Amino acid sequence: MGLKEKLHETKLKFQGKKMAPAFNAIHTFLYAPNETTHSGAHVRSADDLKRTMNMVIMSLVPCLIFGMFNTGYQHYLALGEIDAVTGGFFGSGFWTWDNFILGFWKILPLVVVSYVVGLAVEFVFAVIKGHEVEEGYLVTGMLVPLIVPVDLPLWMLAVAVVFGVVIGKEVFGGTGMNILNPALTIRAFLFFAYPTWMSGDKVWVHGAVDSAGTADAISGETVLGFLAQGKTTEMAQQYDLADMFFGFIPGSVGETSTLLILLGGLILVFSKIASWRIMLSAIIGSLAMGLIFNGIVAAEWIPEYSKFYSLMSFEYWQHLLVGGLAFGIVFMATDPVTGAQTNRGKWIYGFLIGFMSVMIRVFNPGYPEGVFLAILLMNVFAPTIDHYVVRGNVKRRLKRLKNATIYPKVSEGAEALKTETV
Amino acid sequence: MALLSKKDANLILDPLADNNPITIQVLGICSALAITAELKASVVMAISVIFVLGVGNVVISLLRNVIPSKIRIIVQLIVVATLVIVVDQVLKAFAYELSKTLAVFVGLIITNCIIMGRFEAFALGNGPWKSFLDGIGNALGYGVILIIVGFFRELLGSGTLFGIPVLGDPIAKTGLYATGYENNGFMIIPPAALIVVGIIIWVQRSRNKALIEEA
Repeated sequence: MGLKEKLHETKLKFQGKKMAPAFNAIHTFLYAPNETTHSGAHVRSADDLKRTMNMVIMSLVPCLIFGMFNTGYQHYLALGEIDAVTGGFFGSGFWTWDNFILGFWKILPLVVVSYVVGLAVEFVFAVIKGHEVEEGYLVTGMLVPLIVPVDLPLWMLAVAVVFGVVIGKEVFGGTGMNILNPALTIRAFLFFAYPTWMSGDKVWVHGAVDSAGTADAISGETVLGFLAQGKTTEMAQQYDLADMFFGFIPGSVGETSTLLILLGGLILVFSKIASWRIMLSAIIGSLAMGLIFNGIVAAEWIPEYSKFYSLMSFEYWQHLLVGGLAFGIVFMATDPVTGAQTNRGKWIYGFLIGFMSVMIRVFNPGYPEGVFLAILLMNVFAPTIDHYVVRGNVKRRLKRLKNATIYPKVSEGAEALKTETV
Repeated sequence: MALLSKKDANLILDPLADNNPITIQVLGICSALAITAELKASVVMAISVIFVLGVGNVVISLLRNVIPSKIRIIVQLIVVATLVIVVDQVLKAFAYELSKTLAVFVGLIITNCIIMGRFEAFALGNGPWKSFLDGIGNALGYGVILIIVGFFRELLGSGTLFGIPVLGDPIAKTGLYATGYENNGFMIIPPAALIVVGIIIWVQRSRNKALIEEA
């Protein structure tokens, strides 16, 4: 008897029992169900929730793999064991086995903890509520390890995942009912609960926290970290534009490589999973805010000693290459559950995400990044935006109805029936 | 013979659980968010509100037949303001450090919806003894939640209870901190209180389904 039959039999045995959803979940996770619908009219489509989720995960895999190489690369670079990468994206010194192995063993535990804890919470809630386990956590579980620093203690991640899944999602009714993006809720929790592990110049490079205070101390300041301290020249010495675009910079695990995020974004747009409207408008929004800041600097409204000067004078389009902005726009803002649903709403929603991300990035006194805060804020406002878009639409159509000329019917001997569609 | 008749006892017991001013009526949230980062402040705040509401309810109840209804809110405000100033002065005299922690929130007891709510809803229509019990009961219900929230926020946020370290020393890394545990900074900031109160509401309503409102 194969595994599939065995699972099916256990499933039948537990039918109607308390643990049924748990066994059903294992079965549907691995195999297609035995029962399919035979009659009636159905829309047949290959992309169910499970496939949609898998598509997103696949588009995240390049970022994950790159994150593994980058973890090792940043570590050995900071130790001075290797030289900075030269020669473009496939340049020497980056795609080495040593880099990968180190990153693999650092990032794998993050992925495992994220999935095991998150799915355990989902299972518990499914059993208590007696509904089926939903696939909602599959994407969240992959996003979470990509948006945290590599040296984050695993127990902190576990606590945050429990918090994010319970408070961010299950209290609202589970997958599809949540107001806030669960992955970002997890990051926000970590950020406010354990700020020393989520910001500063130590956490982005593996080994920097452990070695702090010793003779071998290393550090890895992020691009934004340098700028927030006004060290524009140091930043320019250490990282050039190609580094930022290809992702050879310190940062959260999966957020550094703008190139691979772009690739993931293209996969999502062409498979019609993520909204290109949100992505495009978010990019426009961040460029707009960046241009305003550049304009302020060019107009000399702000003195050079101001602590906002370096970040404000940062070239407007380069904001897209550093920090979590690109990752947030492509994978977080486009979450179909928490984002705006109407097309016009998506434009407004995306624009404000980009706009606010750059604004928070520049004005945040404690920590030079604000993408996750901007997206969470707009998550909260998304239903309001949709509400007004829908109301506006209703109003416009009512007005059209009022102005429409309705002719008498043909049978009454008048001209042809001609009513405007309402 | 029992100390209180069943009806009177319910005046005290009801607000403790099934008609709790914070978790059921959702009143007095501002102060519950603001001062519960420390257990000590929560306890002092609870005691202050018990005093103000207990005495205030009696005073309003005694005056209820002579207060012209058009200016009753002003009279209530004068009563509560007087009591709050008494509390504030006592705190400043005997617990200066604590009164600095509580800062403006003692003064803001005046605006605590629970107090005006009980004056309006109960003391204006009932005798002094009943009003006293009702005041004490509601203030206790408020205080219980404050103390629960304060307990979790101080324990998880600072690793102390009443200012005494219970989980070890976070700087010297002793006790629980030796294992890599760290204080949860999220618990110190006011939004955490909102979430803790939310969890209490969740637990309470899933234990007693009758409390769940119709959607």
